[in-house]
Amino acid sequence: MIPALLVATGVLIPLLYLAIRAAEADWAVSADLIFRYRNLILLKNTVMLTAGVLITTTLIAAPLAWLTVRTDIAGKKVLTLLSVLPLAIPGYILAYALLGFGGANGTASLLLGIEIPRLSGFWGSLVAISLYTYPYMYLNLRSGLLGLDPSVEEAARSLGMSSAGVYRRIVLPQLRPAFLAGVLIIGLYVLGDFGAVSLMRFETFSYALFLQYSASYDRIYAAWLALMLLSITATILFAEYRLLRGKLFHRAGTGTARNIRISKLRWKVYPAYAGVALLMFCAIVIPVGTILYWMGRSLDSSIWNGLTNVLAMSVSASAPAAILTAMLAVPLAYISVRFPSPVSRGLERIAYFGYATPPLALALAFVFFSLNSFPILYQTMTLLVLAYSLHFLAEAIGPVRSALYQASPRIEEAARSLGHPPFQAFLNSTFPLLKNGIIAGAALVFLSCMKELPITFLLSPVGFETLALNVWSFSNEAMFAEAAPFALTILIFSSIFMGILFSREWSRT
Amino acid sequence: MEQNMSNCLLRVHGLTKQFSPAGEKVVNDVSFSVAQNEIFAILGPSGCGKTTTLRIMAGFERVDSGSVELKNRVIECQHTSISADKRGIGFVFQEYALFPHLDVRQNVGFGLNKLESKERNKRIDEMLELTGLGAFSHRKPHELSGGQQQRVALARALAPMPQIIFLDEPFSNLDAVMRQTTRNEIRTILKKAGISAVLVTHDQEEALSFADRIAVMNSGRIEQIGTPEEVYYTPRTEFVALFLGRTNVLKARAQGMEAYTDLGELMINRPASGEIKLSIRPEHLTLERATERNCNGLCGTILTREFKGHDITYRVKLRNGECLVHTDNRMPFTSGDSVVVKPLEPAVVLEV
Repeated sequence: MIPALLVATGVLIPLLYLAIRAAEADWAVSADLIFRYRNLILLKNTVMLTAGVLITTTLIAAPLAWLTVRTDIAGKKVLTLLSVLPLAIPGYILAYALLGFGGANGTASLLLGIEIPRLSGFWGSLVAISLYTYPYMYLNLRSGLLGLDPSVEEAARSLGMSSAGVYRRIVLPQLRPAFLAGVLIIGLYVLGDFGAVSLMRFETFSYALFLQYSASYDRIYAAWLALMLLSITATILFAEYRLLRGKLFHRAGTGTARNIRISKLRWKVYPAYAGVALLMFCAIVIPVGTILYWMGRSLDSSIWNGLTNVLAMSVSASAPAAILTAMLAVPLAYISVRFPSPVSRGLERIAYFGYATPPLALALAFVFFSLNSFPILYQTMTLLVLAYSLHFLAEAIGPVRSALYQASPRIEEAARSLGHPPFQAFLNSTFPLLKNGIIAGAALVFLSCMKELPITFLLSPVGFETLALNVWSFSNEAMFAEAAPFALTILIFSSIFMGILFSREWSRT
Repeated sequence: MEQNMSNCLLRVHGLTKQFSPAGEKVVNDVSFSVAQNEIFAILGPSGCGKTTTLRIMAGFERVDSGSVELKNRVIECQHTSISADKRGIGFVFQEYALFPHLDVRQNVGFGLNKLESKERNKRIDEMLELTGLGAFSHRKPHELSGGQQQRVALARALAPMPQIIFLDEPFSNLDAVMRQTTRNEIRTILKKAGISAVLVTHDQEEALSFADRIAVMNSGRIEQIGTPEEVYYTPRTEFVALFLGRTNVLKARAQGMEAYTDLGELMINRPASGEIKLSIRPEHLTLERATERNCNGLCGTILTREFKGHDITYRVKLRNGECLVHTDNRMPFTSGDSVVVKPLEPAVVLEV
């Protein structure tokens, strides 16, 4: 019960403080802050970027999903793997790579002798975030397509519908839940993204919030910006809930689904391969190549010293956060699986809300909360670790929960009937079965913390450096060579993260 | 029905349980007792509350009212509830609930953590021998067949030498052939170890062949308690009569030890009067070819005939309604034959 309370208060109270802080100013000041013209620009920028990313990712992901599920293209497994690979390159690393690629001093001109304009602002943010996030849309659409019942389409054909009509009236409507799930993940990500937009100098709510906080120290305006960001997030969550309600389509009827109808590509297979190659070139070859190129230019021993030092600091915050998160996730998952009730469902929602909250807003809430209630904690490792845990809790709950679903409650009752008191019975019977889930959950949180940027920014102790902080601050000063080793290290960690995630996914299906 | 037993081990009194305040009573005023060395079965259709009763007695659910006593000590009532691990009751689950991360030996030894390792190993060996699992002691549960898993579950529950063991539908996950042999084996093991048991099942054949006494349960209430012969031959209610195999339920007008039905005059098992219901098992009826003399205006017609080798079941159309008759295979009637149904035993008067 105690961990549950900690989670509930840990997420909700800081957010409450945000509101208190914002309301501190008298109404005239607040009104001035809320209704200034700049907010409208920020809103326009944020909405435009979100919409732009959603359109771009759909345009990339939909054909890709169709190609790897419903056509006879060769090498589908490899193509699928390649398609999700960009997930291993965080948005701010991509932004760094894009900045380091174009322009007069970019990789493109130095290496290939082609000078292409350096992307920045809206287009830079759009490209960086889209290339990083489209795999989320791809994965959702892919599983949506795989889950369709081919006999429904055959029925439509037999009722005289054309092939195009089948797609429009049967396939697309059934894909809606998958599409909306992708929209939700990507939408929340764009709202919360700080690294890419700040490097690209594009003012969205997140970036403005950061500028306000770090430069002018106008905390009340920062609090209002955070609240506005939160209300946009809440709107998206609510809209998603309304749109998805009662919209989950399952195959009605029994028996195994038959094989999916496969389209023959014939000569069209070449443009398809070319398209995938182009995408891979932009999403993987450019960033990895750029990082490696700058890496080659920064090879001197002092860098390595700094790197190990920073790596150690990153680990010193991420490892305790991973352990704490796992310790919180086990009781929460246990309560929600074994004692389903409105209360336990609410607790789990809070955990997910902590995950959906834009990290900058969450971090700001923690700053206010600690300054107000526990000044001792402000800018300490403890607070940073706590914020990491509460933000990434949902990542750890998932694997623990699916492990719990496989462990029958009867096993624990058997241990009880054999004379083991309740807690011991749990430790000896259920816990060993959760081990893998707990390790996976902790590993995911650890790796997420290693590449986390905005929370670290606001909450890290003075003099604390992480890999992500260094990539950001060096690239912010256009010191691409200095940033390279840190970027490469993050790349390695996020590849491991991906590896864990997908080996779990694929072993399940 | 409650017997006053001097060697009573488990006594359940007025057990009542609702899962939600507005919902119906899942267990409704259930009382019975189990003697030392007795195998007791709770028999009923799914959803009748039998498993809930068992789980309350084992300490996995709380009771709303009523009490459970083990060896004259209250282990469960409205105010107190001894924790499941302190009750000394063995439990065999329907899905066995073996610990998947432990091998057979470790599973069997799970409840013996308070013993010294020497004694513990000795006990495990005894249990493995008793259940014939010696050869599999280092296998993991998923490497065993269903019947072997079943025996591991039993050995595990027996190892701490519980005062009584509860079996929740323990044979339902086995195929028909395995079920019969495992049932016999386990009954032998229990009797050899001298341990009392409560079995919960929906299979009447299983209850009849496995238990010393049976309680028949229906929608939360016990309708009858008795030996297999008692509940089979003299069912108290229509539900019990129908649940324990095929029977003919007849409307009758009774006077004294006789009743008048569609089958004509029947002897009944106890005096009654007025409009009543009777049950007579198909094997307690026989058929005669109808003649002018025996017909008496009461002859019937064979509707269908089910030949099962050693016996034959006939459906006979009577003047009002129909009845089932079970005869041996020396009575070769065919459908359409005119017959007279003759009782071999008195019919049983049912409570309404």
